[in-house]
Amino acid sequence: MEASDLAVVARVRAGDHDAFRHLVERHSRSVFRLAYRLTGQEQDAEDVVQETFLRAFREIRRFEARSSFATWLYRITVNCSHDLVRRRPRAGSRPSLDDPELRMAARLADPSAAADPLRELASRRVGERVRTAMSELSDQERSAFVMRHFEGLSIEEIGRVLDLKTSAAKHSIFRAVHKLRRALEPVAELSR
Amino acid sequence: MTHLSDDELVLLFYREGDGLPEAEAHVASCAGCLGRFEALTIALREVESDPIPARGESYGADVWARLQPRLGVERQRRWWEPLAAAMTWPRLAMGGAVAVLLLAAFVAGRSSVRPVPADAPQQAEAPSDAARERVLLAAVGSHLDRSRVVLTELAHRNGGGAADISLEQATAGDLLAANRLYRQTAIRNGDAAVAAVLEDLERVLVEVASSPSPASHDDLARWREQIDAKGLLFKVTVMGARVRERQQDPAAPRPGTKTST
Repeated sequence: MEASDLAVVARVRAGDHDAFRHLVERHSRSVFRLAYRLTGQEQDAEDVVQETFLRAFREIRRFEARSSFATWLYRITVNCSHDLVRRRPRAGSRPSLDDPELRMAARLADPSAAADPLRELASRRVGERVRTAMSELSDQERSAFVMRHFEGLSIEEIGRVLDLKTSAAKHSIFRAVHKLRRALEPVAELSR
Repeated sequence: MTHLSDDELVLLFYREGDGLPEAEAHVASCAGCLGRFEALTIALREVESDPIPARGESYGADVWARLQPRLGVERQRRWWEPLAAAMTWPRLAMGGAVAVLLLAAFVAGRSSVRPVPADAPQQAEAPSDAARERVLLAAVGSHLDRSRVVLTELAHRNGGGAADISLEQATAGDLLAANRLYRQTAIRNGDAAVAAVLEDLERVLVEVASSPSPASHDDLARWREQIDAKGLLFKVTVMGARVRERQQDPAAPRPGTKTST
């Protein structure tokens, strides 16, 4: 039977540093997913994964079992992602969401359309637009939305990760959904 | 029940909130709210059209393979944590004062030819000088090694955001007093090259020791710049290497002495 996260943490704290491997192998994928959604870049997400586990190892004595190890790790991931995004140079001009190319891309990305290379390309373009829309959210809104929508955390858990009251976490999600709907409306309309 | 607000529809989509059964019942019976709920569902599904790049079965092991060498560095750093904690200011001050006396004797002894009284027992003095020099070199070597570790840590902090530097601060605080004494001794004995390096080192140590932790991104960037601009890490490393050489071979050049390459 696999040792629980808390048992592994205790071993690491006792000096068995190699036990940290279990935590890395168990949580790498979820950390990568969250980091990718928050940074929007594959390489950045990989950097965040490394930095997150490095910080977790360094700070493991500060981990208090009041929340789960996964929740604590999410918090570090969110902080590392925000740090990375903040020091990244701002992109120049962003393409308009209602340009003809996007409309074509949205039509081609329609799952009912016949499969062809163009469709894959179009899906990628729509994906880029989604990332652009996500990048327009504030750090807090993006983090709260990603954890609720993609990772399935409850609003209460999100509050713990972001150190927010539940009501504040909830309103961050509301604002994120509102902004995303507005930004992606042209795409959504064409998908109907 | 009145129509659902946009926020209530979001809660329904994520199946959160206290009034879930009532909200579901209302949407099932209200065409307007059902239409709005479907529009919300389509919009939120659109967000999922950006897939996560695939990661192989061995991803966790791959992450560990990349991480493990970096944790090795962490462990090396942690090796001296108990030592750093044990080296409290009074102990270090006492050690520093002794080392300064030794340094003064060492530098004075090397830079001048002392007249030896004709009747002095030469064999008695030689072992005493050698012993003092060994103690001094060990103290200075340890000081430079610990300084190098702190500088290395600061020079390689690339996290971008605030960083916990409490360990580096504790060590910098410990090193500061001894560094000041070594520098003053070097100045008194006219060893300008050593004094200059110790002065640059002291500036960084003072800033690190007196800054709040976690340190801001700007502080870290400034320290990195100070370390890089003066080639401080390199100089401290070279001085430390010279001290070690001298520990092994007393005829080796003194720290701070230029050697031809």
